[in-house]
Amino acid sequence: MWQSIRPNARNLRLWQAGVLLALFVLWHVLTAPGLIPPFMFENERQAAFFFGEPWQILIQVWSWFFVTRDIYIHLGITLIETVLAFVIGTVGGLAMGMWLALSPMAAAICDPYIKALNSMPRVILAPIFAVWFGLGVASKVALGFTLVFFIVFFNVYQGVKEVSPAVLASARMLGASQRQLLRYVYLPSATSWVFSSLHTSVGLAFVGAVVGEYLGSARGVGYLILQAEGTFNINTVMAGILVLTAFALVLDWAVGRVERRLMRWQPKAGETEKI
Amino acid sequence: MSDGNALAAPEAAALALADITCTFVGRDQHSQRYTAVKNVSLAIAPGEFVSVVGPTGCGKSTLLNVAAGLLAPSGGTMRVFGELLTGVNRRAGYMFQSDALMPWRTAAQNVAAGLEFRGETRLAARAQADEWLKRVGLGGFGDRYPHQLSGGMRKRASLAQTLVLDPDIILMDEPFSALDIQTRQLMENEVLELWAVKRKAVLFITHDLDEAIAMSDRVLVLSAGPESHPIGEFAIDLPRPRDVAEVRVTPHFIDLHKAIWDVLRQEVLKVYAQQLRS
Repeated sequence: MWQSIRPNARNLRLWQAGVLLALFVLWHVLTAPGLIPPFMFENERQAAFFFGEPWQILIQVWSWFFVTRDIYIHLGITLIETVLAFVIGTVGGLAMGMWLALSPMAAAICDPYIKALNSMPRVILAPIFAVWFGLGVASKVALGFTLVFFIVFFNVYQGVKEVSPAVLASARMLGASQRQLLRYVYLPSATSWVFSSLHTSVGLAFVGAVVGEYLGSARGVGYLILQAEGTFNINTVMAGILVLTAFALVLDWAVGRVERRLMRWQPKAGETEKI
Repeated sequence: MSDGNALAAPEAAALALADITCTFVGRDQHSQRYTAVKNVSLAIAPGEFVSVVGPTGCGKSTLLNVAAGLLAPSGGTMRVFGELLTGVNRRAGYMFQSDALMPWRTAAQNVAAGLEFRGETRLAARAQADEWLKRVGLGGFGDRYPHQLSGGMRKRASLAQTLVLDPDIILMDEPFSALDIQTRQLMENEVLELWAVKRKAVLFITHDLDEAIAMSDRVLVLSAGPESHPIGEFAIDLPRPRDVAEVRVTPHFIDLHKAIWDVLRQEVLKVYAQQLRS
């Protein structure tokens, strides 16, 4: 019996799903009113009040997507903010990283300011962005941008600095102009570094969007969570978190897909195909 | 040094290094100086195959980088077909010691790169690249990325990458030092065959005396660094075409080897003594 269900490569997904299910069951058992005698709280409803009830949460999610169908507008706004912050931040970080890495003097001048901006806790900029850009999409994109930009920037900067000198010299001997070096050597070399940071930065773009919404907005999943929290509706808060997590996973998966397509030239660990 | 100056450059030399001195300054401490090569003069006629041998760290690669225009010498002048060299040497192709293929391009794209830099269309470049890949024995491997090729195949690809541009001068920096002896001899013979067809000027850097004699018209011996300079020059009058494996056992080869080794040996021992001391 144990032999057949033992964790192995084939039933990995089943086991992963099993862990999720077990967590939900545990959650349900610990919070459902009256199921087990309260051991931390004074009465049997308090556990559900503080931690939510998984069943109610799932019903809420279902209702959002299929009954009231009012999550789409919020989710759409949050995703647009995330994607915009991600794209603009990545392009900005890429351009700035390449520029500073290739002009050492500019890098030397900007160095202390970049360090300062990077070490500043950028989430506190959210209220300022709300004043500057209003409560709409733009202020959230701005916040996400500040988070994404620096991650990509530092990776590109490093990537350009670490271009193999032999490859660079070889390209120059093959007659590459400065512009061609940029396009054919620096950019591809930096791209591999950028991709290692994209998984982090797509997550942070999401954080920027949701935190921005949470601090002031009229739409978005962050706004939904804030509304629910205002009425102590923990189930809806948890449902919002669940939806956000699921979509963060989807975004991460999408980045992984793009990465696999663009990074085909990179040797994968354990790949020994050589002829 | 007198030997070096004796090679007074004829006007039309493909490569003419005159009194080249390269002093490197420590990046942080400017008092730290290292003169890699001093007063080196060397001329290579069009179509001539010249090897430079010397003990490790004698500045062979430095000389090659000067000839390529990748490194500006501290003193002396560098002429290419009579013209003073400024910037990268556009008439030379350079085969590097380490892997210099772009890892994000396939073998064919790597070979085509130089042509694309020159402004040829992708299609035309690709056609020429495929032809050269066939010529170096990589016909079916154009779509592979460098990490999917063996060391020897990567060298072949770099060779095609260099030769597809049809440079007038070929610079080679210990191109085969990382290969096993069989692959190496195969590659040496292939290079000689390709060279025999087009007769380009070649400056070949190696630490392997056998390789230098088997391939060259002329072998130059550099002294141990720092401040290395040519201390001997030998014309290699072995008949061509040569097979690098077979030529090694001919009596004349052995005589030449002995003569050059007598000069080189002293320098190798010097370096060895330096290393023991430090």
